[in-house]
Amino acid sequence: MSEAGTVMPARRSQADLVSGLGLALLMLGFGVVLAFSVGRFPVGMGDLLAALWSRISGQPSGLPAATEAVIFNIRGPRVLAAILCGAALAAAGAAFQGLFRNPLVSPDILGASSGAALGAVIGIFFSLGIFGIQALAFAGGLLAVALVYMIGSAIRGSDTVLVLVLTGVVIGALLGAGVGLMKYLADPYNQLPAMTFWLLGSLSGTDKHDLLPLFGPVLAGTLVLFALRWRMNVMSLPEEEARALGLSTGLIRLAIVAAATLVTAASVAAAGVIGWVGLIVPHLARFLVGPDFGRLIPTAAILGGGYLLVIDTLARSAASVEIPLGILTALIGTPFFILLLMRARKSWS
Amino acid sequence: MILAGENLAFGYPGRRVGQDVSLGVHAGEVLALLGPNGGGKTTLLKTLIGLQKPQGGRVFLEGRPLTDFPVSERARRIGYVPQAHAGAFAFSVRDVVLMGRTAHQGLFASPSEADRALAQAKLAELGIAHLGEQPYTMISGGERQLVLIARALAQEPRVIVLDEPTASLDFGNQGKVLRQIADLRSRGLAVLFTTHDPNHALRHADRVALLARGTLLAKGPPADMLTGPRLAELYGAKIHTLHGRKPGDTAFLPS
Repeated sequence: MSEAGTVMPARRSQADLVSGLGLALLMLGFGVVLAFSVGRFPVGMGDLLAALWSRISGQPSGLPAATEAVIFNIRGPRVLAAILCGAALAAAGAAFQGLFRNPLVSPDILGASSGAALGAVIGIFFSLGIFGIQALAFAGGLLAVALVYMIGSAIRGSDTVLVLVLTGVVIGALLGAGVGLMKYLADPYNQLPAMTFWLLGSLSGTDKHDLLPLFGPVLAGTLVLFALRWRMNVMSLPEEEARALGLSTGLIRLAIVAAATLVTAASVAAAGVIGWVGLIVPHLARFLVGPDFGRLIPTAAILGGGYLLVIDTLARSAASVEIPLGILTALIGTPFFILLLMRARKSWS
Repeated sequence: MILAGENLAFGYPGRRVGQDVSLGVHAGEVLALLGPNGGGKTTLLKTLIGLQKPQGGRVFLEGRPLTDFPVSERARRIGYVPQAHAGAFAFSVRDVVLMGRTAHQGLFASPSEADRALAQAKLAELGIAHLGEQPYTMISGGERQLVLIARALAQEPRVIVLDEPTASLDFGNQGKVLRQIADLRSRGLAVLFTTHDPNHALRHADRVALLARGTLLAKGPPADMLTGPRLAELYGAKIHTLHGRKPGDTAFLPS
């Protein structure tokens, strides 16, 4: 019972953190190299670094103008968008899984994706420009979650978290019906393919003007999630325990939901609905570095960015036409998830 | 009284569980709460520590209404040990104990080195320092109960409230937990625990309260409260009372 003789052991999992983060960064680096060197206009690492250096130093790079255009106007923005969207979905997924104390939750649990989808198809239906469609999608995602949260909070006297999830499911189904209605009413030759393509997720239309509206919300939301990392650990306890430990659970939950919804809606507005990333990547990250959100959020974000970048490179290069991202993430995600379940069930359950 | 409820009525929205309960605990005292299943013990505990709003009456902490304290201030004074459960994620035992420091930290803070040292010391006090790096999901039920006590101690509270701390533990672990309760008292903490075993209350409590159908049947010294006839009345069942050679050497068995 005495403290004498008890040596404070080194934090064993420090090694896990280094190797986990290292692996995530490696995957991201691999993704970047692959993304630039694959395509109709391959860009080698040397050219990429030369072009970047010329932007920083102000010296001419000596590269053909076409190469610079590919790097800065076409592929570069798409690479950044893929990384940002993947990071956003993975971080939001990790946050929602902790908040709902359930490792099978994904970022669309409270209707962010369904709301954004409805916003986008309405935009397409009324033939708005790309900016209008993205703005409607972003607003739709935020509004859907706000609605779910308000209804969920109005229902008192029972398990708050369960009520929120059920409300999210119900509202999500309603929004899904709305999407179905818009598709039914849409012009089948012109609008319907655009809607379908958007609903399956794609970064094919991304240019540099898309980056700022994506980067701002993703950075802000992820920073809030990271700042609340220790509170999120405590929030993954049963509600009454978290309160007994001194947490104002209502406020913290609101902050986490708002931040995670912000990044999800921004990502869905930029790239359409991409499933699986927000479900699988947090698992992989938890498998690598454990459930502590201080490690989980950065690892999941980096891993998610690299993962979606590789997927997007496949999407634009594997076939003669663009493959929707949602189809690839499902194709790769399903077997990967089953493998993970079989191999490492004990490490997170 | 460091924590006291006065004329409490308690329950859930639309359902009254108990009423007219006045009960408090002093520093350096162990109070045991006994009663049949469904008699309102857990609900009363949750009402006393502010997890449940009283439907009537008031709770006082250090002489001030409990509602005057923000949740973080409550958590620095009252440690709560719920019945152990596995949890959804494999946090290390050390991280679980560190969660007890939450009320001592700022909103965006993570545990400091001082917090880590304190958590380690609490683990050592409970004799489970070797479990620090184990996933909380992989240890036994008895170990989990000790970890949750360590977590409550990490809150550095003045009152510790334990909900059936010996339920579902084996004989050896029951003894460990009960010795810890005695140890907490010797350090001047106020301890309130619920139990289904009158023998535990008889040996380890300074005072006993009997709760049935939401009202207090009686409260007082263990020797007066824990008698065959009273227990028979409390549980509505026959009780075997065994007497040893020494006076006061008594044990109860259900019959």
